Amino acid sequence: MEGLNYIGAGLIVIGAAFGIGKIGSSAMDAIARQPEASGKVQTAMLIAAALIEGIGFAALFAA
Amino acid sequence: MRREFIIKKIAFVLFLVSTVSFGQHHEAPHAAHSEGHSASEKGITKEYVKEFIGHHLLDTYDFGLYSYTDEAGHESHVGFPLPVILWDKASGLHVFSSSKFHHATTVAESNGAYFKVFHNKVYVTDAEGAIQMDEHHHATNAKPLDFSVTKNVFVIFIVCVLMFFIFTRMAKSYQKSALPSGFGRLMEPIILYIRDDIAIPNIGKKHYRKYMSYLLTVFFFVWIINLLGLTPLGVNVTNNIAVTFALSFITYLLTTFTANKSYWGHIFWMPGVPTPMKFLLAPIELLGTFIKPFSLMIRLYANITAGHIVLMSILGMVFIFKNWIGSPLSFGLAFALSLLELLVAALQAYIFTMLSALYFGSAVEEHDDH
Repeated sequence: MEGLNYIGAGLIVIGAAFGIGKIGSSAMDAIARQPEASGKVQTAMLIAAALIEGIGFAALFAA
Repeated sequence: MRREFIIKKIAFVLFLVSTVSFGQHHEAPHAAHSEGHSASEKGITKEYVKEFIGHHLLDTYDFGLYSYTDEAGHESHVGFPLPVILWDKASGLHVFSSSKFHHATTVAESNGAYFKVFHNKVYVTDAEGAIQMDEHHHATNAKPLDFSVTKNVFVIFIVCVLMFFIFTRMAKSYQKSALPSGFGRLMEPIILYIRDDIAIPNIGKKHYRKYMSYLLTVFFFVWIINLLGLTPLGVNVTNNIAVTFALSFITYLLTTFTANKSYWGHIFWMPGVPTPMKFLLAPIELLGTFIKPFSLMIRLYANITAGHIVLMSILGMVFIFKNWIGSPLSFGLAFALSLLELLVAALQAYIFTMLSALYFGSAVEEHDDH
């Protein structure tokens, strides 16, 4: 079944988007609670997002 | 106010629509193209775009900016050839100009040995340029060791020289006054940000100075190279997994050879963990030391390559839709994506530097509470 490649790629994108979305939402909550800490929260959010995107891309290239 | 707004919107739409003229212009010259590109007689189609992207993202042996075919059907290239340096086991060192390859079409002869470029790699062949293939369509000729100055190497040299000039001028201008002059004024807050927000929090105040030079170098190098990849010069250095491998390899060497005892202790003999688990976890932790720089390499390579492929595919759509609505919209999408790519260029440089600093920090951390 050659189509399994594309199904796998779709699952990877769903997983990555879900993870980054969760991080984004908790980052928004944190900024809403404490606007002074928004710089640090933003930095941490970007780092986590880049890590997840790294896995996502690596897996996409394999699929 | 309102008239200005309307004029700006109209100008933007006209700008988008003008791209459709590019889509239609290319149909005539490509009919005379006789180089074996698939389906080029019917104009630019999806297969031609795919092949173009495929070989456009690779490295070339000459610094070619672009090539065009004039009305007589002759193909001319704008650019200059670079030296090719090969070490063949049978016949020794060969140095010649890549113009002998004629843009990867002919066989180059040097001191009795023949070389041909096939899919961006140099192979040893005979005088007719025969390439033996195996059943997976991979060439099985012998390959010489390739030390040539290709386009990527040339661009890395240029970026090194550029960075050297910028930063030594900036350093010299500190002797005259506390504020740097000229371009240094742009660089100073960035350098201070790297020191205060990337190096010191992760590595600690005691040891950060040892690693600052590497972190600064890698940040500006990756950022400038990513930005150059977005220009029409067609240089894509971080597209090459060998370049990102070299950068992450240096990070790995630095963490391994400047680590102190507690770092290795944490890998092989973790404190606070029951002894049978220690045997189980030690190989996994050892593997982890390899996988962390490996992920640095893959992350940078995949982000930049995927961005370039998507961008060029969308630009190819400009030529495939040859009507008044499809081409401007594809161009607008490509424009918006280019803005995103600018962000990704800086972000990937920042992430690479930040994670390198994190790994250095874990290497020199002193644990006095265990």
